[in-house]
Amino acid sequence: MVKVFIYPATSLILSDMVARFGHEPIGSALGIRERIQTPGFESPPLQITPEEPKKGLKWAAVEVPSGVRGRMAIYGPLIEEAEAAIIIREADYAFGCMGCARTNELIQFQLRQSGIPLLDLEYPSSDEDGVAFVAAIREFLAGLGGEEGAA
Amino acid sequence: MTERVRIAQLSCGPEYSGVQKEIAEAAGMVDAEVFFPDIMLDDVRRGFEEFGLDVRSPDLKLAIARAKALVEGRIDADAVFIATCFRCAEAAIVRNELRRYIHENSDLPVVSYSFTERTTAGTLLTRMEALTTIARRRALLAREEQEGITLGIDSGSSTTKAVVMKDNEIVGTGWLPTTEVLKSAAGVVDLALEEAGLRMTDIQAIGTTGYGRYLIGKQFDAQLVQEELTVNSKGAVYLADSQHGPATVIDIGGMDNKAISVQDGIPGTFTMGGICAGASGRFLEMTAKRLGIDITELGPLAMKGMGDRVPMNSYCIVFGTQSLVNALAEGSAREDVAAAACHSVAEQVFEQQLQEVDIKEPVIMVGGTSLIQGLVHAMGQLLQTEIVVPHHSQFIGAVGSALLASGYIREK
Repeated sequence: MVKVFIYPATSLILSDMVARFGHEPIGSALGIRERIQTPGFESPPLQITPEEPKKGLKWAAVEVPSGVRGRMAIYGPLIEEAEAAIIIREADYAFGCMGCARTNELIQFQLRQSGIPLLDLEYPSSDEDGVAFVAAIREFLAGLGGEEGAA
Repeated sequence: MTERVRIAQLSCGPEYSGVQKEIAEAAGMVDAEVFFPDIMLDDVRRGFEEFGLDVRSPDLKLAIARAKALVEGRIDADAVFIATCFRCAEAAIVRNELRRYIHENSDLPVVSYSFTERTTAGTLLTRMEALTTIARRRALLAREEQEGITLGIDSGSSTTKAVVMKDNEIVGTGWLPTTEVLKSAAGVVDLALEEAGLRMTDIQAIGTTGYGRYLIGKQFDAQLVQEELTVNSKGAVYLADSQHGPATVIDIGGMDNKAISVQDGIPGTFTMGGICAGASGRFLEMTAKRLGIDITELGPLAMKGMGDRVPMNSYCIVFGTQSLVNALAEGSAREDVAAAACHSVAEQVFEQQLQEVDIKEPVIMVGGTSLIQGLVHAMGQLLQTEIVVPHHSQFIGAVGSALLASGYIREK
């Protein structure tokens, strides 16, 4: 089983596919879950405090908008933990944590720089593309090793 | 009990900057609530495509679609707060265009703000208060004449001002530096009453504004305690006799600046605060001190000089002072340094703040700094227009308070 970072990190379908093929998906759910389940914070809706943009300085300089650094405080540790990644380019709307285009560019750059196995795909626009899309992901995940799930 | 004012939030990033709580808290302090307008995914696609601004950030696309829903009346709101990260160029474009779009196509008061992770509820309070005042007190803001005998007190960061008004005339004024807030207020009230030949018992209603408004409001048992954005716009159009139609009010204060776009005496959009004191009256005070003159002499001195002979254009008061010291050390004329300081402040207000409101004539400059002739001249040059500085412009907050307070005479 390999830890696979998914982009868009909010994609439930991608997360499900990674899990079905026997790997561990790393995405928004993990990063956000930790924050919203932490008791004692009162910073709704995400329990993110002004400390996060400071932690985000590890991945983005102080000149970068605070929203980028706050988001990177969520994604940075996940990217460092990832052993492989799938990037879907031009995916349909991804709001929430994927709402900042500059953060999204930085996340993709970090993944490409990390040297981990990477699958870079266009978002499918037809049924035919969709089939090829799923096949490509399956092939990539199978190549990572580990046991295949109940796909 | 008044109904809670519903402020629609159009934003990108505050949740991730950890300041969403501060925004909600600031709204709560003025009995308002912020909410995110609910729209369908198809509205997002349609919204930003129709708007024509093809931004990359999905959250900004969402903000655009939400703005369209507000303007088209699909969402009920009393006011709009636009907030995006400071330093984001894409967000700055969206923020500005949405502010203009909402201002031109609806009567919702709107304020835009760029935040950092250090933004606090206290910083946002005056803006939220102004939004709710405009939404809640339109009838009060429509008042065009002062009635009876009223007192207005403006407790600013640098100076405290008081004005006594009687039957639509200013009959007494007081002006002192702000030291101890209550002591300064008591001093200016005494001065204003003395000039008016009246006693405190003659006063029928009191209004307070400025940073110390709550404290002095409590001390003087004021009927009206209101932030300076709405009070100053009202005072400005009253003194400049521009109560009908559009106007732009510029108030360069000791600590922060206000630029307000006014329609029929009611503020539509406004910005408050610069990036640093380099763009405030405080820098001019420091300049006067360094030149060894009184602040009242700075304006006339600046009018004799040529600002472009001295390089001075810094966002920061420390670096601005450094330019000033360097220029004097290199032998620049004091007149030129004074002119450069005025130009520097005017230019920064122009670049940082006036881009965020629609400049419509008449442009009225108010506050203590409007008496600095060189600053008014520099602003006029930048805006390519004749700036109106009404009589008593330095008492603007006190005049606005006294005027609006007369709405409470009958309730007393």
